[in-house]
Amino acid sequence: MNSKLINYSWQFGLFILLSLVIIGTYFYAPLAKGLGEYTRVMYFHVPAAWVTVVAFFMGAFYSFMYLRKRDLLFDFYAEAASQLGIIFCILATITGALWAKESWGAYWNWDPRQTSIFILLLIYGAYFSLRSAIEQNETKARLSAVYSLLAFITVPFFIFIIPRIYESLHPDPLVNTEGKLKMNAKMLTVFLSSLGGFTIVFFWLMHLKKTFIQLSIKLQKLTDQEN
Amino acid sequence: MHNSFTIFLKDIRQELRSKAALNSILLFAIVTLTAISFSIGSFALNTDILAAMLWIIILFSALSGFSHVFLKEEESRTADTLKLIASPNDIFWGKLLFNLVLLLLVLFIIVPLFIAVFNFDVKNPGMFIITIALGAIGLSAGGTIVAAIIAKASSRGALFSVLAFPILLPVIILGITITRIAFKKTEIVLFIPEIQALAAYCVIVVTAAALLFEYIWND
Amino acid sequence: MKFSVQGISKSFNFREVLKDISFSVPAGKSLALTGHNGSGKTTLLRILCNLLRADAGKMVFEKHGNEIKPVHFKNHFSLVGPYLQLYDELTAFENLEFLARLKNIEDTDNKIYEIINMTGLKGRAHDFVKTYSSGMKQRLKYAFALLSEPDILFLDEPTSNLDKQGIEVVYNIMEEQKAKKILIFATNDESDLKFADGIISVNA
Repeated sequence: MNSKLINYSWQFGLFILLSLVIIGTYFYAPLAKGLGEYTRVMYFHVPAAWVTVVAFFMGAFYSFMYLRKRDLLFDFYAEAASQLGIIFCILATITGALWAKESWGAYWNWDPRQTSIFILLLIYGAYFSLRSAIEQNETKARLSAVYSLLAFITVPFFIFIIPRIYESLHPDPLVNTEGKLKMNAKMLTVFLSSLGGFTIVFFWLMHLKKTFIQLSIKLQKLTDQEN
Repeated sequence: MHNSFTIFLKDIRQELRSKAALNSILLFAIVTLTAISFSIGSFALNTDILAAMLWIIILFSALSGFSHVFLKEEESRTADTLKLIASPNDIFWGKLLFNLVLLLLVLFIIVPLFIAVFNFDVKNPGMFIITIALGAIGLSAGGTIVAAIIAKASSRGALFSVLAFPILLPVIILGITITRIAFKKTEIVLFIPEIQALAAYCVIVVTAAALLFEYIWND
Repeated sequence: MKFSVQGISKSFNFREVLKDISFSVPAGKSLALTGHNGSGKTTLLRILCNLLRADAGKMVFEKHGNEIKPVHFKNHFSLVGPYLQLYDELTAFENLEFLARLKNIEDTDNKIYEIINMTGLKGRAHDFVKTYSSGMKQRLKYAFALLSEPDILFLDEPTSNLDKQGIEVVYNIMEEQKAKKILIFATNDESDLKFADGIISVNA
């Protein structure tokens, strides 16, 4: 009993951290001058977007590893990272759209940030439709790995070219153009705690998925041996 | 290099006899052009919108024809034959060259037709031609590698556009931007950063496609 | 000249199709692969020709004391099988010419006509392959495989789709290949087995 509690103690810590983030968002962090209550969505929106990017990188990394090692394990990891990535991508898109409605008056107006996140959604959508169109595991792994790397190479282009074409109204999350912090210490505490909490949640989910994948492969091999 | 050219010539010869890819890409371009022109009627469009329209026609015509190069090898079960007699590298360059020539041929017809139909002047034709040519290279490189992926998947129909769109989007965005400038202004300084970005995209995607092709082609 | 294979294994979707296949064939010998439908004969042939990647195992082809890597197998091997088709929109001659260019074969025209005559397609060299019957296509595949004078000839179901004369032609080809070089074929036809110096039964 005692050792079990210790094993799970960091999850309790995470639970408390995220609870504090939620409370802090509404009761601790002050509002920025001249901005409405709706800006509080930032404490969830930016971390979700950040985790989307981390997941996208991890997906590309595991795809690369699959092509190098040809071990299906890496392909399942890449799929798992992308599954988590698409969830956070949708969360970031929705929270962003809600904020845009309050701030700019419309849910969607092709702001560069919205365009970028939408392109990531398209890539994830394409990645999963490709996977579902291939029956054979090894072919699926190979082709989706190549696609994921191809997308990984083109995505940086959007970061460079889209802001050149449409000027963004999107606020800079942490640092403004003059390199000064826009947030005061209280806001920053909540923001960074949320960012950290989201990142831990992501890696925890990723770890659970990896364990599950390893167990499924073991199970598959055992049933194959019996037949 | 010699081998890629042999493969390219083989594809040209097949294409001249079946005309499958050329027909679909050229007819698609003409149908789209007609549809736009017809639905607009006699309204004069400003050049910003025309630039976007032109690139949409180019993108979707290219998408309608590009998948043929690998699909026809898979469907006629000649892919393994080809795999046994040529290296992946030679095959990739041969197929890329074929798609590029196909697209350039169609652009050669459709772009002058577009300008004639909508009756406007291109202020800087030189930059405009360079943009179209670079765009064609970028679209063929991205399109060819996605076509190779698609040929190995089972349900291909809509998948090609779905997969190719995010990869090709930078070409479209940059193409529209430069074309807008070329339709209105002449000063070369205005073009340089955008043309550089488009050229960089071409270099990166061609390189990535050439490196990744082997992983798609070899089972 | 010697082709040796050690511990080839292959699984699809975690199902093991080939398990630890090993053999060695020297020049002047032949090997037959037998096994019921779906046993993995074709998979094995595809792996041997480097069309498919094995999960484990080693393949060594040795010629004049030099070891040739699997990437270069295609310069030395030819494969005839039902899943390898030729280009329908091209003529028989153009198909062979395409191959000859890729393989840098000299004196192309004479060699092509010679091989077309040998496989009994005389007079049809400039007809489109799509006008060929399935038996003639099969003969043309042999012409295609032999044009590059392969060190190892792989055949998958060598006599399927062929009439009596066709089988005669194929048997001559097999005889000749095995006398000088290496012949490896997969079959379920008892009468093909008379060309086999060794038999491996592929049964996963």
